[in-house]
Amino acid sequence: MTEQKKKKGVKRRKFLKYAGAGIGLMIGGVYLTRHSWRRTLLEMGESAILPYNGDLSPNVWFQITPENEIVLHSSKVEMGQGTFTGLAQLAAEELEVEVDKIKVVHAATATGNIDGMSTGGSLSIATLYQPVREMAATMREMVKGKAAEKLGVPVQELQVENGVVTGGGQSLTYGEIVKDVTEWEFPATPALKSTKNFRHIGKPVPRVDLYDKVVGKPMFGIDVDLPDMLHASVLRPELVDAKLKSCDTSAAENMPGVIKIVQEEDFVGVIAETHMQAEQARKSLKVEWTVNRKWNLEDVRAITQVGNGKATVIQKEGNAKSVLDDSKGKDGYLELTFNSPIGAHAQLEPNGSTALVKDGKATVWLSTQVPLVTLNEVSARLGMDKADVNIIPQYLGGGFGRRLHTPNAMQAAVLSKAVGRPVKSFFDRKQEFQNDTFRPPTHHVMRGKVDANGNIEAIEHSFCSGDVAFNSAIFPAAAKPIIGADIGAIRGGTIQYRTIPNIRTTSWHVDLPFATSWWRSLGLLANAFAIESFIDELALKAGQNPVDFRLAHIQDDEAGTRLKNVIKACAEKAGYTDQPVGNRAMGFAASVDAGSPCAQVVEVSIEDGEIKVHKATAVLDCGIAVNPDQVKAQVEGCICMGISASMFEKMDLKNNKLQPTIYGPYQMALMRNTPKEIDVALIEGADFAGPVGEPPLGPIGAAIGNAVRRLTGQRLTELPLQLA
Amino acid sequence: MKISFNINGQPASVEVDGNTPLLWIVRDVLNLKGTKFGCGKAACGACTLHVDGEAVRSCSYAVKFAEGKNITTLEGLSDGEKLHPVQQAWIEEIVPQCGYCQPGFMMATAALLEKNPNPTDEDIDNNIVNICRCGTYYRMRKAIHRAAEINAANS
Repeated sequence: MTEQKKKKGVKRRKFLKYAGAGIGLMIGGVYLTRHSWRRTLLEMGESAILPYNGDLSPNVWFQITPENEIVLHSSKVEMGQGTFTGLAQLAAEELEVEVDKIKVVHAATATGNIDGMSTGGSLSIATLYQPVREMAATMREMVKGKAAEKLGVPVQELQVENGVVTGGGQSLTYGEIVKDVTEWEFPATPALKSTKNFRHIGKPVPRVDLYDKVVGKPMFGIDVDLPDMLHASVLRPELVDAKLKSCDTSAAENMPGVIKIVQEEDFVGVIAETHMQAEQARKSLKVEWTVNRKWNLEDVRAITQVGNGKATVIQKEGNAKSVLDDSKGKDGYLELTFNSPIGAHAQLEPNGSTALVKDGKATVWLSTQVPLVTLNEVSARLGMDKADVNIIPQYLGGGFGRRLHTPNAMQAAVLSKAVGRPVKSFFDRKQEFQNDTFRPPTHHVMRGKVDANGNIEAIEHSFCSGDVAFNSAIFPAAAKPIIGADIGAIRGGTIQYRTIPNIRTTSWHVDLPFATSWWRSLGLLANAFAIESFIDELALKAGQNPVDFRLAHIQDDEAGTRLKNVIKACAEKAGYTDQPVGNRAMGFAASVDAGSPCAQVVEVSIEDGEIKVHKATAVLDCGIAVNPDQVKAQVEGCICMGISASMFEKMDLKNNKLQPTIYGPYQMALMRNTPKEIDVALIEGADFAGPVGEPPLGPIGAAIGNAVRRLTGQRLTELPLQLA
Repeated sequence: MKISFNINGQPASVEVDGNTPLLWIVRDVLNLKGTKFGCGKAACGACTLHVDGEAVRSCSYAVKFAEGKNITTLEGLSDGEKLHPVQQAWIEEIVPQCGYCQPGFMMATAALLEKNPNPTDEDIDNNIVNICRCGTYYRMRKAIHRAAEINAANS
């Protein structure tokens, strides 16, 4: 096969397939009366507290095509967390079809169903558990109503099974029923199936995207290809607190393949025939930066100190401060300081976009967690009406919060407009590390007092962090002074041991010279590390088993009972003991995030001076687990990602340069660093589907630190964990 | 320069700068998107494919070195519709989450099993050194052992 032939053939097939998957299906599809859907959505929006885009026309959630295909246009993106599979299960349950009959696609902004909240916060299944089932049930009833007309059989005599409606000895598929229908009756929301009748919810159905991911189908943002497409590379800041002073493009302009260099006030983009040509030309730009002031890591650490910035008390019981101040230096008093580093997202698929801006319309394909923010930014920058801009989310090669910031979409759109052709532009890895929206470094001061009976009399957690939620377009700037504390930084920061009579938690917020923002589990990773390490140390001080010690300080309300149950179940499942056995010791920790309690036990040894995690046991209570296998996969993933973040990862800042800028030097957990055994159990302690994707990141760092403490006597107070 | 090689059993010929990384020829000229870009410095393994049966990180392998060689990408790993034992094992264990790094892991695993049909945990630790950010390592390890079993049952 010649190169030319192969190229052409493949390209056309790809384009058609793309159109087929995203656009072609819309044509000839049957849209269920959109205004009624809108009303329902607004009602649901109020009850489920889902801030949808104001203008919902059109707004396609479900679609049954005359070809009998059921398409669910998901407002949430699929970034590995398994949401598409969970949504398919929810829909299949009420539509009375098998799960594989539901085709889940990302909702493009032009077809509506725009989620104003983002995909994040472990809230996708939690917030859509009810609405998706209600809409699916409503659609089933609409289809049944139409089937009754077509078959001439009363609706109550119809049976629905596997997407086929049967009555009076005749059968029609959903596709046959919707064919040629233009007027629809919109019924009141039908009663939903009770839990005991679930056929799909609660079953370990294989992921709906499993096959495509195993055969390497083009599905990610970076895989988008368009005919006549050019490639671009955008110059991005290489220094912290610096502005572009000058950019000499003359050498770059003469590089092979270069089509155009676009200089905007806030960025420079090089457009070329191929990706490598664009990269090489961008690297030959002669750039000067104006540095505002010199920054090193010690400057950042000096800022990130409890006592700096704005303080907000977020939890107060009794009078912890005076009890602790009076106890200082006396028996039972303990004070420890903890630190966590700047953390990179390091998701494998770099950020980037493919844009086509032509004839007054703009389309951008990308991996984004915030399609609405992307839409707003692109339309504002191009000065185009939002109705003329379409954002088409793709499968994400990892999200972890990184893709709540998507200026790359606006940049690709500007570049495409400049040449009137499709342009694809991606970060290289160095840019990815230099321009991350990092997990902010944190500093924690923990103080506590254990009384003569071994009970905690007072506890205080004061912590300092840079932006998490505050640096985000989904969080209105006007809300900052009202809320005070950064709602992301405080995740996992409050004390869950509520029988302690005196508790005080204070969040200190500081401004840092580089961007920090959402990172999977937000403040939880660092906050739970500090709190759960400290609780273990208090248990040692009290001479008590750390599991019993924790249980003794948890209240008996619903939240407390759920927490106690995961702690007990996990300790039992792991066979937890606070005494080292041979060369190994166990570490215990538990935390609650977004309402879901999780407990973990790790088994650790020291080999060649390094910490080795052999086994992890976890128990999570997320309420109803829509897909227990994928919930377990999230727990396993959190444990491995948590081991990576709490044992290896840290960014440095030297002479305004954030570094390292490549994997390896930015050390992460590999296969050899993760446990050969991970044992996960789920408890369904609530009758709703609660958060899953982040809560299991809480305990892991402290669990490892607590194991090391019991093995070596060393209390590690800094992430990443390193032996003295 | 003109460079000719076999890819997934088909002859291919490209007229490109010979120093271009093979990754970009595979992705953007031959339009096989299963091979992923992760870092460009052979540090993550997302771009792993086979050159004459050896696992190679194609982001750091100039296309000119591929002249006359046999290249296999994930798309060519299966035998038509019949998935490769590594892919079958990946499906049985439901390994992928985001899925982006998985092609590189599957290619690295397939190459390992060619040389070492029944790898120990230690062999896996020493040979499978790609990066997965979702943290699917636990299921991957199970899938690698499972793939070895499928291979053994087939032979």
